[in-house]
Amino acid sequence: MVLFTLRRFIQSLFVLLAVSVVVFFAVYAVGDPIELLVSPEATMEARAATIARLGLDQPIWQQYFTFLWRALHGDLGTSFVHGIPAIELIVQRIPATFELVVVAITLTCTIGIPLGLVAGLYRDRALGRGIMATSVLGFSLPNFWQGMMLILLFAVWLGWLPASGRGDTVSVLGVPLSILTADGWSHVIMPAINLALANIALVLRLTATGVAEAQTQEYVKFARAKGVRPGRIVRRHILRNILIPVVTVVGMEFGSLIAYSTITETVFAWPGMGKLLIDSVYQLDRPVVVAYVMLVTLIFVIVNFIVDILYAALDPRVQLVAPAH
Amino acid sequence: MAHPAQNGRTRTIQPLEDTPRRAAILKKLRSRPTVTGSAIALAVLMVLVLAAPYFAPQNPYDLANLNLLDGRLPPGATSMDGHVYLLGTDDQGRDMFSAILYGLRISLMVGLSAVALATAIGSMAGLVAAYVGGFVDTMLMRIVDFILGFPTILVALVLLAMMGRGVDKVILALVVVQWAHYARIMRGRALQERRKEYVEAAANLGFPAWRIMVFHLLPNCLGPVMVFATIQIATAIALEATLSFLGVGVPITEPSLGLLIANGFQYLLSGDYWISMFPGVALLLLILTINIVGDRLREALDPRRA
Amino acid sequence: MNDTILQVRGLRTAFHTEAGAWPAVDGVDLTVRRGEILGLVGESGSGKSVTGFSLLGLIDPPGEVVSGEILFKGQDLRKLDEEGMRRLRGNRIAMIFQDPLMTLNPVLRIGEQMMEAILTHENVPAAQARERCREALAMVGIPAPEKRLDSYPHEFSGGMRQRVAIAIAMLNRPDLIICDEPTTALDVTIQGQILYRMQEICRKHDTALIWITHDLGVVAELADHVAVMYAGRIVEAGPVAQVLDAPRHPYTKGLLESMPANTAPGARLHQIDGMAPSLAGRPAGCAFRPRCPNAITRCAEQAPSAIQEGPRSFRCYAPIARETASA
Repeated sequence: MVLFTLRRFIQSLFVLLAVSVVVFFAVYAVGDPIELLVSPEATMEARAATIARLGLDQPIWQQYFTFLWRALHGDLGTSFVHGIPAIELIVQRIPATFELVVVAITLTCTIGIPLGLVAGLYRDRALGRGIMATSVLGFSLPNFWQGMMLILLFAVWLGWLPASGRGDTVSVLGVPLSILTADGWSHVIMPAINLALANIALVLRLTATGVAEAQTQEYVKFARAKGVRPGRIVRRHILRNILIPVVTVVGMEFGSLIAYSTITETVFAWPGMGKLLIDSVYQLDRPVVVAYVMLVTLIFVIVNFIVDILYAALDPRVQLVAPAH
Repeated sequence: MAHPAQNGRTRTIQPLEDTPRRAAILKKLRSRPTVTGSAIALAVLMVLVLAAPYFAPQNPYDLANLNLLDGRLPPGATSMDGHVYLLGTDDQGRDMFSAILYGLRISLMVGLSAVALATAIGSMAGLVAAYVGGFVDTMLMRIVDFILGFPTILVALVLLAMMGRGVDKVILALVVVQWAHYARIMRGRALQERRKEYVEAAANLGFPAWRIMVFHLLPNCLGPVMVFATIQIATAIALEATLSFLGVGVPITEPSLGLLIANGFQYLLSGDYWISMFPGVALLLLILTINIVGDRLREALDPRRA
Repeated sequence: MNDTILQVRGLRTAFHTEAGAWPAVDGVDLTVRRGEILGLVGESGSGKSVTGFSLLGLIDPPGEVVSGEILFKGQDLRKLDEEGMRRLRGNRIAMIFQDPLMTLNPVLRIGEQMMEAILTHENVPAAQARERCREALAMVGIPAPEKRLDSYPHEFSGGMRQRVAIAIAMLNRPDLIICDEPTTALDVTIQGQILYRMQEICRKHDTALIWITHDLGVVAELADHVAVMYAGRIVEAGPVAQVLDAPRHPYTKGLLESMPANTAPGARLHQIDGMAPSLAGRPAGCAFRPRCPNAITRCAEQAPSAIQEGPRSFRCYAPIARETASA
């Protein structure tokens, strides 16, 4: 297990390094770094100062090391629009995005898995077929449009929920969270559903096919031959086997959800990282875009790493590098 | 005494016609009703799209046709000169129905081009990697894994942020994001096929490598790639719509459905729902029909069911 | 005292297609007495496994047990509802499957999979159930049973896994165990060990066995009675010594002759001409007729019914004469 963890850790480091090279190449070698990283409104002195600080007059390989060194120290440039370091700007927005993503994942598991279980166990009946058919809608509906329709229905026509923004927050350990207030919940529920819908459909279908496959497995027939009650067969035998791929997918989707939150945050004006990205793209605030890419990659790599370790812990067959005794 | 070798014409047993639970069992056996309905809907959409200029009551991009006074009219309203706006108008006075038809065109065109290009590039890459093997293969697979490790939306977004707007740039971004899938699928399949005898035979006959790859290997490996491609068309269309909505996609001069929806967003809160809703429904129908037909296609071609 | 624990009459199990239902088991009669070992022999496709599953009610759609009586200790199992059957399974009638790798759930520990067989039928404290499982593992010859209870299936070898399956089958001291080719997937030396172990256990606890196999050699060693199956029907049955010494049905004779053990060294292996028919391609009349050296015209017209001769029975219009013992 330890060897496995170490291997994966080193692989993750390599990926991070590779991304840093790609980003560096795109920003410094292909584009014009001065145009990209120096505000067009800067004065001549500020310009010269930035060029010196970023080392833009040095040979390219030296620039890379400067870039890497700065990145490791959290200096990924300063926002043109806001004037503060890009990293700081993004970090400010992280709690909002994470909150959204966590609620979305919770919804995915609490809705997707049980529905998928039902759809799989009753797949020959109308109930199961109905659920599966509806799930196709889940990933056919374009995310942004679906969000807009939610707003139309619940905010404009019914007036039950607010159309945009984040609710009142309560500070926990210095981190502002809105899910601790009722107002916060009324604001987060629609965007979270919007973000989660495609995933719910995915997890639902995954669970349903997993159940269908598991039911045909020999060990299920054997359990029946032992006289094990059907409820226990579903709980212990089937569920344990399908939870493994489902957990993996949910874990992998975490990183994906952070990326897709850009859309949801735009539609619902949710003050998270994603909205910041879109705004920055619009405003040509490029240092923020660069910082965003680096940061999200880091999150991605970390999440994938954790998921891999978790998977190995759940499935006893994966861990073994050599067969036991 | 009959000889065992003389069993030329042997009568076989007849199956049982009726058993206590036959009806119930047969009901379960029969597959879901075929989605010919979806296929028909898809065909209709295609016709509409291809012949848009003939069907559309108005050319929504000809500025001379537009009358600002007709802006933001609800569905069913009549214009100054007595013609009915089936689905209402947008803020510029554009007939929504016409705009949607033209928008469908662009969406479909972008989606199909992107998938076609991505399939071509990805397949060739995967084929070469599988055939040549060794270092080339390893390098390619590293790149593929790397690209596939990131969420498509992010990569496309950042690419377009760097490149700017334009239909060609959107297609390029989509291709960059998608080709890796095809490379992986094609490589997997080609690796299996490569071991087969007909490839060895062709090599022995002295055919050059490129000829073997294109004329011998490729036709046999296309199956899974094509199935995946059909599903990806819907994904590509959805992705383009999303990018356009976010403002990094197609330019305002050639609005796809995504852009139309984005346009109508600002009017949503004041209740003018039709500007965003109907293009969305059209988009949904397009994606849904492609998904369902593609789903059935995949099931039908699944080798495990044979 | 009636010590017949299983009496099967006219069992018919069919598989449904759009065209109709094809009988995999076509009118099977079986009798098993307490503590007796019955060997059910046949090629693949003869319907022997389906028979085993039909007895336990484990035939799922598109299969269906169409007709027949399955009398277990006087009670017709076909008339029991699902809960009634569940109470018998693993309790009074147990089953051992063919592939030990697939029948144990790979993500659950052995101990749990054994204990659930006890706990689903009896309300005993977990510690007591675990102790019984440990004893069962010891009984089948698994070393360090206490540790093994916490192992996963993939940590065992094939032979050990099958021993675990036997242990599970014996946990509730069933009256009957149905064994579906349990040694086919194992190598010959292990097979011998397992056979010996099963025989010992069954004699000791008076457990009846139905041993389903394609290997006549195993049957000769292990069973008291034998039933030979072909194309869904029992073509010959009786005490093992009598049937194997002097077979009446040409198929049985063919099987015996084609055994390597019965062939003189260096001589060519005997073969029965032709192939076993597929489910939908069974010949009308006697299914064996196209391959039978003794076939007469009557064989093509109607399937022969069973002829009883003392403890033996066979279905044949032109059986091998009684006095002719195989050379």
